[in-house]
Amino acid sequence: MGLAKRIIPCLDVDKGRVVKGVKFVNIRDAGDPVEIAKRYDAEGADELTFLDITASSDNRETMVHVVEEVAGQVFIPLTVGGGIRELSDIRRMLNAGADKVAINTAAVSRPEFVKEAAERFGSQCIVVAIDAKLVSKEGEPRKWEIFTHGGRKATGLDAVEWAKRMVEYGAGEILLTSMDRDGTKIGFDIELTRAICDAVSVPVIASGGVGNLDHLVEGIVKGHADAVLAASIFHFAQYSIAQAKRCMAEKGIEVRL
Amino acid sequence: MSSIAVIDYGMGNLHSVAKALNRVTDMRIEVTSDAELILRADRVVLPGVGAMRDCMGEIKRLGLDSVIHEVVKSKPFLGVCVGMQALMDFSEENEGTQCLGIIPGTVQPFARNLADPLTNQKLKVPHMGWNQVYQLIKHPLWKDIPQDSRFYFVHSYYVQPATPDPVAASTAYGHPFASALARDNVFAVQFHPEKSQQTGLTLYHNFVNWNGESP
Repeated sequence: MGLAKRIIPCLDVDKGRVVKGVKFVNIRDAGDPVEIAKRYDAEGADELTFLDITASSDNRETMVHVVEEVAGQVFIPLTVGGGIRELSDIRRMLNAGADKVAINTAAVSRPEFVKEAAERFGSQCIVVAIDAKLVSKEGEPRKWEIFTHGGRKATGLDAVEWAKRMVEYGAGEILLTSMDRDGTKIGFDIELTRAICDAVSVPVIASGGVGNLDHLVEGIVKGHADAVLAASIFHFAQYSIAQAKRCMAEKGIEVRL
Repeated sequence: MSSIAVIDYGMGNLHSVAKALNRVTDMRIEVTSDAELILRADRVVLPGVGAMRDCMGEIKRLGLDSVIHEVVKSKPFLGVCVGMQALMDFSEENEGTQCLGIIPGTVQPFARNLADPLTNQKLKVPHMGWNQVYQLIKHPLWKDIPQDSRFYFVHSYYVQPATPDPVAASTAYGHPFASALARDNVFAVQFHPEKSQQTGLTLYHNFVNWNGESP
């Protein structure tokens, strides 16, 4: 017995509504963030992650209110990502009731930002979000590269090296998304997940591709992830968090039941 | 009307502590760095996240060290996370930081090569997530909280009291460490009750109903 593996539902928020797209297109409305957050909490979610998918300044304002409202009713850790570019953005989200922020594009454009954020607020609240895509050809050794702007913009950065560097700079956790798998429902990119999880000393959340409960188990058992994140399988009530946890427990994974 | 002071020294997520307290009591909750208000409160919470050097630096800059020394003499007092670590003599964080010296002992980092003793699997640091808390003593703050309940942790350092007598609970991560301390009217926890769902709210409920007496 010991530390439990975590299940983290992700709420993609646009204009104060939870939405879910497939590969960042075909956005479907999934409901009110506060109501959904309460439902996940009641079902046994270990944490919640809110991603502002447009990251515009109007949306940021809306997100602050969403976080404030959720934090007054749901007493589990909350992570907020999307458009976190300045130390003042982090301060505002933490004051609103977030426990962690996920930094993505801003880390790529200026890696020192992660260092400054970790020094100011502590590593425990700095999550670096990594969007990686497979770039090696078949037969070549596997290589993944960091992409920004919802997977549209290549950066030339090697995903494993980047993850290690971000941890060195003070990231307390890595949120890893496979852009090849995101929204596909065919399962995590296990090789990518394992490569990152084994390379860094901090916890890694696996994301991108979950379509059924066995995928969650695979992410932990084969991918070595410390936590698994999924959106659509929970939003549209395909599975409940409680079901996911029971499935994981049956496979011998330690979970909080 | 009685009040609870949540000591604000510019570090960490004080609002979630205040929100959790709000959920379990009608008492007035003051999130404050005002010495007068803290000294006048009926009970006091010292929260905290972030680096120890910055935390202690702010506590001293705001003159709160003497205030904390005063309130721990008599009021029901709860230290949370870094607020627990700050009660010790000394922390190894940031090349060594002097702490408040209220409970004898030190604050140590988890080893870099930390591994699960049973499986030999490498363990990640920070220790992040829901782990079990094994209650070693009977205490009013454990009321209605089952043995081995899970609480949410996020920390890279842990307290090592000089003597085992203040240890109120133990948690295993590579090795057992003190996840709660109790001495007279002082209680302190390494985990975050404000982020530990119903179990955490029960602990806050117990705290607001505690008369400060230890069994």
